Amino acid sequence: MHTSFLSHAKGRYFWLAVLLILGSIVIYAMDNPTEAPNGGTWLGYALGTIAALLIVWLAYLGRRKRNFAHGWGTVKGWVSAHVYLGSSLLVVVTLHTGFQFGWNVHTFTFGLMCLVIFSGFFGVFAYRTYPSARNDLKKSQTLDDVFLKVEKIDTELARLTADSSSDMKMVVTSAIERTVVGGGYRDQLFGRDLSSVVLGGNVVSNKGQQQALGFLVEKLSRTEGKENQSVGEIVRVFNTRKRLLDIIREDIRMQSTAQVWLLFHIPVTFALIAALIAHIFSVFIYR
Amino acid sequence: MIGHIYDIAVIGAGPGGLSAAAHAAELDVSHILLESSPRIANTIQKYQKGKHVMAEPGILPLRSPMDFDAGKREAILEGWEQGISRHNVNVRYSAEVSKIDGEKGAFTIGLVNGESVTAKHLVLGIGLQGNPRQLGIAGDQAGFVQYQLDDPDEYKDEVIVVVGAGDAAIENALALAPSNKVYIVNRKDEFARAKEGNLNLIMAAIESGEVECFFGTTPARIDPPTDDQHQGVFVLNTSTGEATVPVHRIIGRLGAIAPRGLVESFGIEFPNDDPSAIPALSSQYESNVPGVYVIGALGGYPLIKQAMNQGYEVVEYVLGNKVKPADHNLIAAKFLPLPFELEVDEVLEMMQQRIPVFEHVNALQFRELMLDSDVHVLKKGQVIFSKHDYDNSFFTIFEGNVEIEVSENIRIPSGVGNFFGEMSLISGRRRSATVIAGDECVVIETPRRTMNKLISSVDAVKRVLDQTFIVRTIQQKFAPETPIEDLMSIAEKTQINRYAPGQVIFSQGDVGDSLHFIRNGSVTVSGDLDGKEVVMSYVPANQTVGEMALLGNTTRGATVKATVKTETLSLDVESFQMLLTRAPGLKERMQQVAESRSLQNIESQSSAEEEGDLLSFLMGQGLGEATDVLLIDEGLCVACDFCEQACAATHDGTSRLNRKAGPTFAHIHVPTSCRHCEDPSCMKDCPPDAIQRGGAGGEVFIGDNCIGCGNCEQNCPYDVIQMSYKTEAPSSYWKWMLFGFGDKPGKASSAGVVAENAIKKAVKCDMCMDQPGGPACVRACPTGAAARMSPEDFVDLVSVEH
Ligand SMILES: Cc1cc2nc3c(=O)[nH]c(=O)nc-3n(C[C@H](O)[C@H](O)[C@H](O)COP(=O)(O)OP(=O)(O)OC[C@H]3O[C@@H](n4cnc5c(N)ncnc54)[C@H](O)[C@@H]3O)c2cc1C
Ligand code: HEM
Ligand code: HEM
Ligand code: SF4
Ligand code: SF4
Ligand code: SF4
Repeated sequence: MHTSFLSHAKGRYFWLAVLLILGSIVIYAMDNPTEAPNGGTWLGYALGTIAALLIVWLAYLGRRKRNFAHGWGTVKGWVSAHVYLGSSLLVVVTLHTGFQFGWNVHTFTFGLMCLVIFSGFFGVFAYRTYPSARNDLKKSQTLDDVFLKVEKIDTELARLTADSSSDMKMVVTSAIERTVVGGGYRDQLFGRDLSSVVLGGNVVSNKGQQQALGFLVEKLSRTEGKENQSVGEIVRVFNTRKRLLDIIREDIRMQSTAQVWLLFHIPVTFALIAALIAHIFSVFIYR
Repeated sequence: MIGHIYDIAVIGAGPGGLSAAAHAAELDVSHILLESSPRIANTIQKYQKGKHVMAEPGILPLRSPMDFDAGKREAILEGWEQGISRHNVNVRYSAEVSKIDGEKGAFTIGLVNGESVTAKHLVLGIGLQGNPRQLGIAGDQAGFVQYQLDDPDEYKDEVIVVVGAGDAAIENALALAPSNKVYIVNRKDEFARAKEGNLNLIMAAIESGEVECFFGTTPARIDPPTDDQHQGVFVLNTSTGEATVPVHRIIGRLGAIAPRGLVESFGIEFPNDDPSAIPALSSQYESNVPGVYVIGALGGYPLIKQAMNQGYEVVEYVLGNKVKPADHNLIAAKFLPLPFELEVDEVLEMMQQRIPVFEHVNALQFRELMLDSDVHVLKKGQVIFSKHDYDNSFFTIFEGNVEIEVSENIRIPSGVGNFFGEMSLISGRRRSATVIAGDECVVIETPRRTMNKLISSVDAVKRVLDQTFIVRTIQQKFAPETPIEDLMSIAEKTQINRYAPGQVIFSQGDVGDSLHFIRNGSVTVSGDLDGKEVVMSYVPANQTVGEMALLGNTTRGATVKATVKTETLSLDVESFQMLLTRAPGLKERMQQVAESRSLQNIESQSSAEEEGDLLSFLMGQGLGEATDVLLIDEGLCVACDFCEQACAATHDGTSRLNRKAGPTFAHIHVPTSCRHCEDPSCMKDCPPDAIQRGGAGGEVFIGDNCIGCGNCEQNCPYDVIQMSYKTEAPSSYWKWMLFGFGDKPGKASSAGVVAENAIKKAVKCDMCMDQPGGPACVRACPTGAAARMSPEDFVDLVSVEH
C-alpha cells in the first residue's frame, strides 16, 4: 500500500527526532557549566559533534538517492529520517551555541543551516501538496494526454476555419502557431505566457489567449445566420483549447516549483559544509 | 505425364527441410526439395535485417551436412545457399504444395501451379509460419502486391496502401508514413484486434492526417494504371461506394493461414482442436500416414538446430537405418545419477510403464518431454518444494515415495507412478503444500511449458490431471481428513466450468444451487448499490465463491464475474450435502468463512462506491491476472523519474517501466510495467523457453537464452516487453555531482556501449530478482508513491492514509 515518507514506518523517525530534541533540552537544562553555556563546554562539544555528523549524513542523501543498486533501506525511509532529524537540528544546534550569536563565521554557518532547513520545509510542503493538486488539475490525465488534446484541437480548428474569412483564419492560425508553453526555467516557474497573435497585421501579446478570444467573440456578435453558427463553433473550440493551455501552464508551474527549491537546497548545503569546516577550524585554532 | 519417381520428396526448404534434402543429396538418394517461396528458408528470410541468429540449445550438437552456428542472418542464409550448390541439392522454388495423393511408395504431390511430382516418401518441414493470407481479388498477383515489409526505409515518396487492421498492418503503415503517402484499409469500423499502444498511435496518425484510413472497406480489384506515374489502381468497396486509389505498392497484412488445415488435408491427424496441438508422431518422426514424416517446427521442435538435426535423422530413418538421435547423449546424461545401468531407451520405456499419466504419450513425445525434464535422485527428508513457493513445474514419482504435507500435522504419502505439483501447474498460483522425499526417492521434474504442451496434445493426460485436480482440491479445501476414496463419488459429479473475461458466473438474485472453487483466473464480486453495479471485492484463484447459497441462503446476494479467462470447479447442493456428511467440522468452518466475509463487506460499505469504481478500473486494465504490479499514487508522485532511473541503472541501461505511460483513475496510476501474470501470455510462444517464473516473489523473467525473436513482445497484452541492446553506462556520482562530468547516474546513456555482435533481446521487469534489496523502482522513490502489490491488496487502495 502507499504510505508517504512522512508516515514511513509509523513515523519512526519523527519519534526519534522528538527524542533527540527533548533529550538535548533536558540535558541542556540540567547542565551547569562553569562558563556561560556555549559551544566550548563538554555539552557544547557533544551537541556540536552530533550536529556536524548529522549534517554530513543529511548531505549524503544526495549520494544515497542515486545509489540504485546498493544502499540500505529505501530512499523513502532515508527521506523520512532526513526531514525529521534534519528539522531537529534547529534545536540541537541552537542549544550547542548556547544562544551566543554574533557577526562571525559561526553564526554565518548557523544562518546557512537555517536556510537549508527552511528550504527543506518548503520542499516537504511542495512534495505533499503539488502532486495531488496537479492530478486534480489534469483530472487524472497525463500531461502528454493534455498536449495530445490540444494538438487534436489544432487540427480541428484548421478544419473549422478552412472556409472562414481571411482575418479569422489569420488570427486563429497565428494564435496556434505563436502559442508558447514552457520556455525557460523562470518562465515555467512564474507561469509566464509569451504567446502572441497577429492582429490587424501586428504581432501582439496573446497572454492567456485573451486577445484572440476577444477578437473571436467580437466577430461572433457581428455575424448572423450560418456564419454566426460556424463562428460560434470556432469560439467554443478555441475556448476549450485556451482552458487546456491554462491547465498545462499551471501544471508546469507547479512541477517546476516542486523541483526548483532543490536548486537552492543543494548549493546552500555545499556552502554550509564549507562554512562548517571553517567554523570547526577556527574554534580549534582560536580557542 | 509420368515423371521421375523420387525416393524422397522434402516439402519446405526451412532449416529442417534443407538439412534433410542435403543429407539425401550427400548419400546420393534421389530427392527433390519443394519450396513455396522464391528463396530458401522463408521464415529466416523474414527475420529483421542483420538479426543475430542464436544456436540454442547450446549443449545440443549439430548433425547436418549444412553449416549452422550463431551469426548474422545474412551469413547463415548465404552458408545454406552454398551448401545447396556444394551438395547438389535438387531444389525447386516457387513450388507451393497444395495436395498429396497416393500412399507410401507412390505419392503424388500436387502444386498450386498445377504441376505434380511423384515420390516414394515424403518429409514435411513446412514450419508453423503458414503462408500469408492473400488479398484474393483480381490482379493480386501483380509484382507490386506484397505480403511482408522487410525494411520500411527502402521506400520513399510512394503511394502505398496497407490492407489489414492487426498489429502488423498498423506497424507497417506507421513505419512507412513519414516518407510515403500511406493508406490503411480496415474491413471494420475500428481497430479491435490491435494492442492498446498501436491503437493509440494509429488513431493519432489518422487524426493528424499522417495516415489515411478507409474504415468499413474491403478490397475489390486491382486495375492497370491509368498514368505512367503509378503501378496500378486499387479499387475499394467502401461503405459509400467504390473508391479508387492509384498506387505504387500494396501491402497485404491479413495474417497467415495456419498450416494445420493443409496438413490435415494430407490425412495427418491431430489429437484435438487445440491450436497448439502437434500431430502424433512415432519416435522416427513418421505420422499416422505411413511414409509421411514430419520434422521441425511443425512437429513441435521450435528451434533451428533441432530442425536441422531431425532433417538428417529423418533421411536415415527413411532409409531404414537406426541412428541414435543427436540428443541421445543429453538424455543419457540425465539418467546418469540413476541407481541402475540400463540403456536410454530401456529407461524411457520403464518410465512410461511405471507412470500412468505418461502411458498414453507416444514414444517421441515422451522422449521430448524427458529432454526438457530433470531426474532427481533424492535423499530421505529432502524438501522438493515448500508451501507458498512460486515455481510451477510438474513432478512424477519414478521410484520410492514422497510425503505431501498439506497442513502441519497431516502428511499424505504418495508412491511410485503418482504425480504432484499439478495444482500450481494448473492454477498458476503458489504451491499449496510442501512435498518431502521419502525412501529411495527418484522424481522427474517437468517444466510448466513442456507439460502444458503435453496436456494440449494428449487428451488422456488432460483427463487424468483434471480428475486428480478435482479430488485433491476437494480434499484439501473441504475435507483434509477424509480419505481420497471417500471423495471419488463427489469428484465425479464436480464440473469444470470455463469463463471468458467479463463473463458472469452467477448474478445477484439467481437461485443459488452451487458453489464455485476458482481453479485459475480470478473473479470480482459486485452488488447493486442504488441501481448501480458496484464491485465489492476481488477473489483470486484457490478460493471459493457462492458458498452462502449452500449454507441456507437460496438466492445469490451478489454477482460474480470472471475478470480474466477463468476456470472454476462447481459442486451442486447434493454433492455438497454428501460432503458435509463425510467431512466433520466442514459446516462450521464454512459458516465462519461466510461470516467473516459478510463482516468485511459491511466494514467496507462506507467507501464502497469509490472503492468499487477503482476496482472496476483496475480489473479493466487486466490486473485481475496480475500477481504483482507496480502502482503509483499520483497524490505522492513528484515526477522525479527516479523509479525509471533506478530500473535502468540496475538493468543494463534500459528501464523496464514507463512511468508516464498508462492510464490513471482517481489517484492511482498504472504505469506500463510487467504485472507478472498468473498465466503469462508472453511465455506461450518462446522458442527456447527462455521465459520462466520462479524465485521467491514468483517473478516472470527472461533468461539469457532469449533468441530475440520478438514473439513475447507481440504476445504480451500489456505492451511491457521491449527489444533492446544491453548498454553499459559507466557513470560516477561524485564526478557528476561535483564537476558535472559524464552522465547523470541512472540515465540511459547516449554514450552507452553496445558490444560488437550484440543482439536485441527481449527485456522486461524481472522484479529485481538479482537485487538484494528488492525492487529498485520502489526503493528509489523518495516519497512513497511507487509501490508493488498484488490484486488482493487493491481493496485497501482507497483507504489510503498518507
Ligand atoms: C523472429 C524469429 C526469430 C527466431 N530466431 C531464432 C534463433 O535465433 N535461433 C533459433 O534456433 N530459432 C529461431 N527462431 C525459430 C526458427 O525460425 C524455427 O524454429 C525454424 O525456422 C523452424 O524450421 P522449420 O524448418 O521447421 O520451418 P521453417 O523455417 O518455418 O520453414 C518452412 C519452409 O516451408 C515453406 N513452406 C510452407 N508451406 C509450404 C508449402 N505448402 N509448400 C512448400 N513449401 C512450404 C516455407 O516457405 C518455409 O521456407 C526464430 C523464429 C522467429 C519467428
Ligand atoms: C564538530 C562539531 C562542532 C564543534 C567541535 C564546535 C565547536 C564550537 C565551539 C568550541 C564553540 C565555542 C566558540 C566560542 O565560544 O568562541 C562553538 C560555538 C558555536 N558553534 Fe559550533 N561546533 C561544532 C558544530 C557546529 C555546528 C554544526 C554549528 C551550526 C551549523 C555550529 C554553530 C556554532 C555557533 C553559531 C556558535 C556560537 C558562536 C559564538 O560563540 O560566537 N557549531 N562551536
Ligand atoms: C542542514 C540540514 C540539511 C541538509 C544538509 C540537507 C541536504 C540535502 C541534500 C544534499 C539533499 C539531496 C538533494 C538531491 O541530491 O537531489 C536533500 C534533499 C531533501 N531535503 Fe534536505 N537537507 C537538510 C535538511 C532538510 C530538512 C530540515 C528538510 C525538511 C524538513 C529537508 C527536506 C529535504 C527533501 C524533501 C529533500 C528531497 C528528497 C528527494 O527528493 O530525494 N532537508 N537535502
Ligand atoms: S510480460 Fe506481459 S504477459 Fe508476461 S507476465 Fe508481464 S505483463 Fe504478463
Ligand atoms: S521491479 Fe526492478 S525490474 Fe521491475 S520495474 Fe522495478 S526496478 Fe525495474
Ligand atoms: S520515483 Fe516515485 S515520485 Fe519519482 S517519478 Fe517514480 S513514482 Fe513518482
